[in-house]
Amino acid sequence: MLDNMLNTIFIITAAIILISALLTITAHNVVHALLYLVITMLAVSLIFFILGASFAAALQIIIYAGAIMVLFIFVTMMLHQGEKSLAQERHLFHFSTSITALFLSSMLFFELIFMLFLTPTDSANSRVTAPSSAIITVKDIGTQLYGPYSLLVVISALMLLSALITAIHISKSPVTSEIKTKADNL
Amino acid sequence: MTEYASLLALVPLLPLFSALILLFSKLPKLWISIFAVGSVASVALISLFFNVIFWQQSDFVLTASLGTWINIAQLKINFGLYLDPLSLVMITIVSGVGALIHLYSTGFMYQDNDLKRYFTYLNLFVSAMLFLVLADNLLLLYLGWEGVGLCSYLLIGFWYQDRKNNLAANKAFLMTRIGDTAMAIGLFLLFTQLGTLDIQEIQIKAHAVWSLNNDNNTMASLCCLLLLAGAVGKSAQLPLQNWLPDAMAGPTPVSALIHAATMVTAGIYLIARNSQLFQLAPDVLYLVALIGTFTLLLGASAAMVQTDLKRILAYSTISQLGYMFLALGVGAGASAVFHLMTHAFFKALLFLAAGALIYSLHHEHNIFKMGGLLKKLPVVAVSFAIGCAALASLPFTAGFFSKELILAQVIASGHSGLWWAAVLGAFITAFYSARLFFVVFLGQTQLSPNARPTKSMSLALVILSVLSLFGGIHPEGLKSLMPQLDTDGLSTLQHWLPIILPFIAISLAWWLFKTKRFGKPVPAFMQGVHQLVKSGWAFDRLYQTIIVSPFNTLCQVNKDDFIDLFYRLIEKTSGRLHMVFSKFQNGQLRRYNASLILFCILAFAWFISGELML
Amino acid sequence: MIPISWVFMLSLSLFVIGLFGVLARRNLLFILISLELMLNAVVILFIAASRYHSASIANSDGQIMYLLILTLAASEIAVGLSLVVHMYRQHHHLDIDKLNKLRD
Repeated sequence: MLDNMLNTIFIITAAIILISALLTITAHNVVHALLYLVITMLAVSLIFFILGASFAAALQIIIYAGAIMVLFIFVTMMLHQGEKSLAQERHLFHFSTSITALFLSSMLFFELIFMLFLTPTDSANSRVTAPSSAIITVKDIGTQLYGPYSLLVVISALMLLSALITAIHISKSPVTSEIKTKADNL
Repeated sequence: MTEYASLLALVPLLPLFSALILLFSKLPKLWISIFAVGSVASVALISLFFNVIFWQQSDFVLTASLGTWINIAQLKINFGLYLDPLSLVMITIVSGVGALIHLYSTGFMYQDNDLKRYFTYLNLFVSAMLFLVLADNLLLLYLGWEGVGLCSYLLIGFWYQDRKNNLAANKAFLMTRIGDTAMAIGLFLLFTQLGTLDIQEIQIKAHAVWSLNNDNNTMASLCCLLLLAGAVGKSAQLPLQNWLPDAMAGPTPVSALIHAATMVTAGIYLIARNSQLFQLAPDVLYLVALIGTFTLLLGASAAMVQTDLKRILAYSTISQLGYMFLALGVGAGASAVFHLMTHAFFKALLFLAAGALIYSLHHEHNIFKMGGLLKKLPVVAVSFAIGCAALASLPFTAGFFSKELILAQVIASGHSGLWWAAVLGAFITAFYSARLFFVVFLGQTQLSPNARPTKSMSLALVILSVLSLFGGIHPEGLKSLMPQLDTDGLSTLQHWLPIILPFIAISLAWWLFKTKRFGKPVPAFMQGVHQLVKSGWAFDRLYQTIIVSPFNTLCQVNKDDFIDLFYRLIEKTSGRLHMVFSKFQNGQLRRYNASLILFCILAFAWFISGELML
Repeated sequence: MIPISWVFMLSLSLFVIGLFGVLARRNLLFILISLELMLNAVVILFIAASRYHSASIANSDGQIMYLLILTLAASEIAVGLSLVVHMYRQHHHLDIDKLNKLRD
């Protein structure tokens, strides 16, 4: 009964994810795209809940749907010029110009499906046991994170630091000095 | 003896230093002349001094060393000088005649703007020739040999503004180069076989190595053949003779220098110097005699029909060199060198007199436009007459003694066929010398001279005339070069025919001249033969047809170098590949992305197909 | 319990949709959004894999990898968006096809 219900919820969520993802990448308006993206993120967090990763689900909402989305929206607010941007975007992205992309991605999709489900695999690796229903608490993750995975924490910290410095540097550098025409070089 | 060594060292070095001084300094014309003539004249004085000391001795040797040139492993080459009777005769000729030609040049070339360059080349020429004749090893000899070739090239093309002169210079250089290359190979072969390049050692070792077992004589013949090829190229003998008539493009004193004192005598000297080596190869010696005979007939016949004053003299030089080769071939090296000496006197005289003529007559070369010049230019006429007489070997001139000696040696060696050919050559020689003299100096006056020869020119002419008349003193020191031949057993015919024949030839020429047969167009049926002989038996055209034209055709065909096709294929292939791959490199991020995915797909496909195979 | 193949299907579909976006869009902002989608597809796979692993009694490896990917995504978005701003300041458009100066 519970399994059936979970399955139904999973299918509905997955459908929401895929549809909103498709809408995200085909939208012409950035704001619309971002809204669809938020929906995708929320649905993904629901998937995490179903899979029993409640911490990840929480983080997905807080950081992805919260922080990162805010970044995107800030930038969009800075750059968006209403109807002009829309027209520009319609000019840039048109379905007829993306047939090659469609072909390539569908090729990859079918190949991946083929590799995962249709190729013969040895039985030892394909054994999937029933998952334990034990809840993974935040405390468990914290112990793991500051125990065996402490190096990972350091690496993440360094990555964030370097990203911070890079972002500051790129946005700070004066615009005029970047563009050098040929006449200047001569 | 050793006190003379430094004096000997001065002999080739003085003209060399003088050439260097002339090259790097800016002197007025008078000083240039004094330097150039002075250096060669002092060498002539030194060689005269040596002559006085070693008068007619046959067994003296004087050596001097200027240091080491090459010293690696077994090969040790010195700048060593070696003076023996043969090289003494040679340096006397080279420096003596050379000095007179220098003296003459001061008058002849004084008006030329490039006097400095001229005398630099001339001094260098003499220096190279002195190195050649004094060298104690074959490599140093080869250095002089090449130096002589270089200077002849520079001097033949002296008036370089005229393209014709440059072509003549190129021709002389390339033709002699064929011989030089063969000679270089000969030197390598000698060194690998005998382990030395010292000339005296080669003679001794050659006898030790090759005369013991006769099977090895092919190697000796090969060495001698290669050396002979070098000599043939330098001395303008049969297969390689046709550069010499074209070498007339240079100033006339240069022609005199090339023909009399330096350059062409180098080949004679090389064979005479290695006479002991050549005796090991009798076949090659016979070949030398044959080459000489054919060349003397060819040269004499071609000289008979020329109309250009200098070309007549050039062909006569080829013919006289043929006599020397003939003498060398029958083993009479001393006679060859003796004839070389007398020939140097009278040929220098003839050329200088011809130069004086040309100088006086506005560079007119055609003998049929001259005539009646006997009274206008008496000094030139008399000296030219003496030169012609010596060339025709009239009795008691210098040429008579040497040529008679050669003919006697030929008959004594038993080659009567060669003797008849040589006598025929002598007849023709007398004929064309008489024709030359009659046409130029007797008869109607056509051109009147507008300039007199200068004093220095006249002085040189007078000295050379005296030498041509009384220079027939046989250098007795050359005895070692000559095997003892029995010259007493000449029959009456053999004794008197060579003496009488020139007179018959001169009478014939006089008769033809009196009846005005010279200068007339030849009869129609003789036209072809006349043309053939006049072009020096068409050797130029022969070489043009069998060597130059095929080579040019080959060059035309292979203009794009068919081996290049292969490399061009590589280049094109990589270019095409580059074109293909540069499609992926168009600067568009999306294209990069697409190709990345494409190759991912391909890699997965490969993986899947591998899985399916299993 | 949800069959793992469903999760695979979901993840692959999401990944390919993101890939299509990266390949097809020319606007830099949309490319960044598509990249987010692709990252999410991978994250789903991680979480599911840790959940379904045989030795998965209280296995938190998947969520730890999720943390790492999250920081990665945050860094990438920070740098990427600053580049977007920069590009817009210089060129007044966001068309990456016109940024081909490196070709020569």
